[in-house]
Amino acid sequence: MAGTKTKAAADKTAQFDKQQYLDWFTLMLRIRRFEERAGMLYGQQKIRGFCHLFIGQEAIAAGAISATRHEDPYISAYRIHGLGIAKGITPNAAMAELYGKATGCTGGKGGSMHFFSKEHHFYGGHGIVGGQIPIGAGIGMAEQYKGTDNVCLTFFGDGAARQGALHETFNMAMLWKIPVVFLCENNGYAMGTSVERSSNVTEIYKLGLAYDMPSASVDAMNVESVHEAITEAVARARSGEGPTFLELRTYRYKGHSMSDPAKYRTKEELEEYKQRDPIVQVVDTIRKNNFATEAEIEAIEAQVKEEIDACVEFAENSPFPDDSELFGDIYVQTDYPFLTD
Amino acid sequence: MSNREIRYRDALREAMSEEMRRDPSVLLMGEEVAEYNGAYKVSQGMLDEFGPKRIIDTPIAELGFAGIGVGMAMNGVRPIVEFMTWNFALLAIDQVVNASAKMLAMSGGAFGNPIVFRGPSGSAGQLGAQHSQTFENWYANVPGLKVISPSNPYDAKGLLKSAIRDNDPVVFMESEVMYGDPGIVPEEEYLIPIGLADIKREGSDVTLVSFNKMMKVALAAAEELAKDGISAEVIDLRTIRPLDIQTILRSVRKTNRVVVIDESWPYGGISAEIAYRIQREAFDYLDAPVRRVNGADTSMHYAPNLVAAYLPDPGKVIKVVKESLYLPS
Repeated sequence: MAGTKTKAAADKTAQFDKQQYLDWFTLMLRIRRFEERAGMLYGQQKIRGFCHLFIGQEAIAAGAISATRHEDPYISAYRIHGLGIAKGITPNAAMAELYGKATGCTGGKGGSMHFFSKEHHFYGGHGIVGGQIPIGAGIGMAEQYKGTDNVCLTFFGDGAARQGALHETFNMAMLWKIPVVFLCENNGYAMGTSVERSSNVTEIYKLGLAYDMPSASVDAMNVESVHEAITEAVARARSGEGPTFLELRTYRYKGHSMSDPAKYRTKEELEEYKQRDPIVQVVDTIRKNNFATEAEIEAIEAQVKEEIDACVEFAENSPFPDDSELFGDIYVQTDYPFLTD
Repeated sequence: MSNREIRYRDALREAMSEEMRRDPSVLLMGEEVAEYNGAYKVSQGMLDEFGPKRIIDTPIAELGFAGIGVGMAMNGVRPIVEFMTWNFALLAIDQVVNASAKMLAMSGGAFGNPIVFRGPSGSAGQLGAQHSQTFENWYANVPGLKVISPSNPYDAKGLLKSAIRDNDPVVFMESEVMYGDPGIVPEEEYLIPIGLADIKREGSDVTLVSFNKMMKVALAAAEELAKDGISAEVIDLRTIRPLDIQTILRSVRKTNRVVVIDESWPYGGISAEIAYRIQREAFDYLDAPVRRVNGADTSMHYAPNLVAAYLPDPGKVIKVVKESLYLPS
């Protein structure tokens, strides 16, 4: 399957059923509105720490979810809000986490970069670039060891593709046919350093070919392309044939984090990607195929707005964790003798 | 109890094999652990008994296979990750410190990391600068980890079994030069709790605190000191984090003098933590400053005289003990 998989943006022929498009639209809109609100609240200093927004990359989360099942583990880096919400973390638990509240998805322990949910098989938000790549392979290897046919989706950015951890992991994942799909969210920039300034190898999917791993690049502004590529990769892993590497070509509309004015790129480049906005593409398909009336589309928008308003209110009204939580969740052992003096 | 003499490496193998028979979620992975039967023969015969699914040879990729171990430990498997030495494990320290130690905290208690990272540590002859280091104090600084460094086959077996059963990540440090050491180990199953020091020799004039193969230096020094009428109590820490400070304090209140013997470099070492805790908890019991004998504050060289000059030895310990007792050396 080596090669580039692209879909003409103009092609709006529906390949999936009505409900699928409405689900994609609702989920991507929920993620975008959540992130827009998170950015606003960051400006108001309601949310602190680092905050990396997913706006522009929503088709990755939506296409992955529709191509996998609840039991398939996910792991990713620190641009994590969108994927966490897609996997099932509620906007309430997500926003409360950004506020550092006890009702957050890790009780205020992880914050923006470290969303986790065991219930949703969501193995986190990890803050060391590339560190989650071998961990994702390990999660998949555990599924193999236990004899399930679950597949671990392991996400990372284009910057992480230059870490040694990726190469060590690719080698072992192929050697042991670990049920894992490696997904590089190539948004063009590792913080401020473009892919072109990072390596001679700018078609990142080719890194997988050095390990004989089935590898392809995908137009990740288009949710159908993402869904199809991941469906094929997951099927391969489930049948015991091992890993796949997908380079998901995407774009983040905002800076690397909230403190990044993104002066390293042009307005024209940003506008070019916005022309291929993943949500607009899905709405176009919905309209063209009469999957929903304008009123129904507006109703979904209103429902999402209500959810986001409600999650902010939930976060505002939630308590911070108790001070006694300082020494909680460091050891499973309950009577560990911490040094306090 | 039926006792027999086995070697340190056999004690480690028995610990792993017994735990693997007891719990099917335990596996061993690392370089040369399977078909080669272990770089130091610790895992000899384990591939034959447990098969390649549970005794896994890895390529030389410490960061990668440590991370794979961390991921497995998040998802219901209990890996023992063997490093050929802790010197090479520095390539994997990101996974040990940034991932394994932090997982429970970052996930708000959702995902633990029951994993054992083990392998030999410290000098083992004229191996030069990159193969002669000890890092107990590095890992002991990290909340979320437990650190064990046993000095003999009995302790090694009982503590490794506890480490494998522990639900938190454990860093377990052995020694190339102790793998062949014989020791009395019962046939019957036993466990040694993590976090308890052991008094290996009772005494009344001075307390020697050590661990791992430096215990040999401490015990040899105590033997020599006895000939001069000096009674040294020798404490084997066994576990470095959490530190069993109460056993040390009880001894200090009796002997009023302490010398810590540690193969690692002195700066920020375990001796510094022990000295702090003693002055904080038993200041009025001290008749002399807490002293230490460490590896030299330098990189290990190759020449035999420089190796000897670097490492603690009984003579160096005796000299410091006598200074502590205000006796002429």
